[in-house]
Amino acid sequence: MIHYLIRGLLCAGLFCALSPAQAALRVVACEPEWAALTQELAGDKATVYAATTAQQDPHHIQARPSLIAAVRNADLLVCTGAELETGWLPVLLRQAGNAKVQPGQPGNFEAANHVTRLEIPERLDRADGDVHAAGNPHIQTDPRNIARVAEALAARLAQIDPAEASGYQARLQDFSARWQSAIQRWTQQAAPLRGQRIVVQHKAYPYLENWLGLIQVAALEPKPGVEPTSAHLAIVLGQIKARPVRMILRSAYNDGRGADWLSAQAGVPVAVLPFTVGGSPRAKDLFGLFDDTVAVLLKGLQ
Amino acid sequence: MLRPQHLARRSAIILASLSLSPLPAFAADSADLQTIRQEFDSLRTQLRQDYENRIADLEQRLKAAEAAVAVARETPGKPAAETAPAKPGSRGNAFNPEIGMVLSGTYANLKRNPEDYRITGFVPGGEIGPGARGFSLGESELMLSANVDQLFYGNLTLAVSPENEVSAEEAFIQTTSLPQGARIKAGRFFSGIGYVNGQHAHTWDFVDSPLVYQAFLGGQYAQDGIQASWIAPTQTFVELGAEAGRGANFPGNTRQNNKPGAQALFAHVGGDVGVSHSWRAGLSWLRHAVQDRSQTDTDLAGSAVDSLFTGRSQLWAADFVWKWAPNGNGERQNLKLQGEYFRRKETGQFAFDTANANLQDAYRASQSGWYLQSVFQFMPAWRIGARYDRLNSGTVDYASNGDFLANPRTRPSKTSVMVDWSPSEFSRLRLQLARDKSREDRADQQIFLQYQMSLGAHGAHSY
Repeated sequence: MIHYLIRGLLCAGLFCALSPAQAALRVVACEPEWAALTQELAGDKATVYAATTAQQDPHHIQARPSLIAAVRNADLLVCTGAELETGWLPVLLRQAGNAKVQPGQPGNFEAANHVTRLEIPERLDRADGDVHAAGNPHIQTDPRNIARVAEALAARLAQIDPAEASGYQARLQDFSARWQSAIQRWTQQAAPLRGQRIVVQHKAYPYLENWLGLIQVAALEPKPGVEPTSAHLAIVLGQIKARPVRMILRSAYNDGRGADWLSAQAGVPVAVLPFTVGGSPRAKDLFGLFDDTVAVLLKGLQ
Repeated sequence: MLRPQHLARRSAIILASLSLSPLPAFAADSADLQTIRQEFDSLRTQLRQDYENRIADLEQRLKAAEAAVAVARETPGKPAAETAPAKPGSRGNAFNPEIGMVLSGTYANLKRNPEDYRITGFVPGGEIGPGARGFSLGESELMLSANVDQLFYGNLTLAVSPENEVSAEEAFIQTTSLPQGARIKAGRFFSGIGYVNGQHAHTWDFVDSPLVYQAFLGGQYAQDGIQASWIAPTQTFVELGAEAGRGANFPGNTRQNNKPGAQALFAHVGGDVGVSHSWRAGLSWLRHAVQDRSQTDTDLAGSAVDSLFTGRSQLWAADFVWKWAPNGNGERQNLKLQGEYFRRKETGQFAFDTANANLQDAYRASQSGWYLQSVFQFMPAWRIGARYDRLNSGTVDYASNGDFLANPRTRPSKTSVMVDWSPSEFSRLRLQLARDKSREDRADQQIFLQYQMSLGAHGAHSY
């Protein structure tokens, strides 16, 4: 720690100010899936910093000094939006003093603005838990959303870095071609999942359910964002004993105890989804993310 | 079912394009003709591509909608997927600022009467002490904030005290578009010195502020003035800031002067160590020009006398905070360790017993203190914490006035432990026990029960 302190103080003094300005576009992605997508579209034209990892809950992130420094230096911020980052991003934006990435600027890209959002609540009341007025923000669980975001993101990259515009467009075309054929493959592989009943830990998968035709019948969290309680788990157990489900879905970053307990009681397997890039050893990039998601779901059916 | 329309429209587009193409070609020479042909071809490809993309998109959306309807049909009672994009309201209140509210209340069981609270050996100032005995309303806060325009952000925090007094706790504007990591803030704001000072009471980990803040800053230091800060363009977080203010709050006092009564400088450095650890450390300096700051002392005969201090008050502070959360995910467990060290030097003139003798002589004091606290979330929603506070009354030199004033060397201390439960991120219930040895003669046993709730738009919390 002292080492970092000294380095920090030296930086403050002189040395870091002398380091040459980077030519590449500096991108800060709020979530790993957008870091991966930006990397696909920008290649070596951008240095991409992921503000969170797959092991972290993107709703609850500390506005750490390292994140302030990253946002301070960013040319482009690529976030989900739809209030997913409302607990930490506004503080970073206000403290970082970077006019380029403020909301409304070209340097502030919100992926959720470019897809059709689901679960827009009809009433807003905190008694309903951590609900998002703009709809469910976990849009990355449907690969067709990734395709739409990719087009918008490529256009944004070209807007703020016009010199490389043709490069971004070429990379988009290459990515889109590969992505569309991958979507076809995943959709075919996942065909047996259509119409299957599932229980989820957090309501994080409406887009995935929509894509694959899964039917979510209950959530382990009594209210969105509230950790599962034993009383609520008992209710869910009663529900799924009356009408069985095929599996329990949770994300890599969730605390697994509630799902494991329910799994043991009900004899239903738990499918731990990577949820984002880095959420499992196979989910090294966006393609791996969906390869693994589909594989984990199909395994849950057996 | 889109196919026939698709083909029909595509043919229409191609026909329309062909019917237009010969007109410019007629007048053009062969080179032009070729260019135009190429343009036409690329336009046609582009149109077709666009059109196919749009059709594919529509098909996907149709499938999605069909799937959603199917899902809804299979689960009666579940509302169909909402697909209309959210539109901002067009009513007159659409531009209203964000409104947040904090409600808090305390029950305090104090062994000693809080009315005779003092920190022996330290000049009292500001709002200090454990508060009232029994049930009392805490500070209720109302927070309004919004972007003013393309250049400024504004924030107002009103505090309603249990005595029904409304005060502007913070009321400031801040720039949002200065280049190069620079920001300017003006108005009333919590000074950037120290670590806890910038935090609102509802984010504190204990019911009360640390003893060093009570002894040296009267609880919490708000500046009426201007602040400039700058974040360095480095990977490691480096923030430098400077403030100039009225300096009317303790340890300063109200005075009529065109020059600012207080200046402050601060520097913060911070970063991550691996993915599970993060830290921030800081150094700050706060200087006041004090004019006729009144204080009540007890003279050697045991009677209360009023005195005045005029001179310079300087405070140095060092702070650090270190946070741990496994993999950076604090949902289940996390730990916070923080500490601050304050040192204050005051030099100037002291007027003893202004009502009677009014004896003037030099005054010089050098005092210090620190605290260390740790809060551990051991399971979701539950946290325990402990804090140890210690002050050192140091050296206080009254010169010739020392003949009349008791000048004990004291080391006040306080030990607090707390446990709190947060069923959601918006509510918190807390139990705190403390043994307070601020008064020299006898320790105070304190028990607090507290609730703190945030409603409405609730701004994200700083680190």
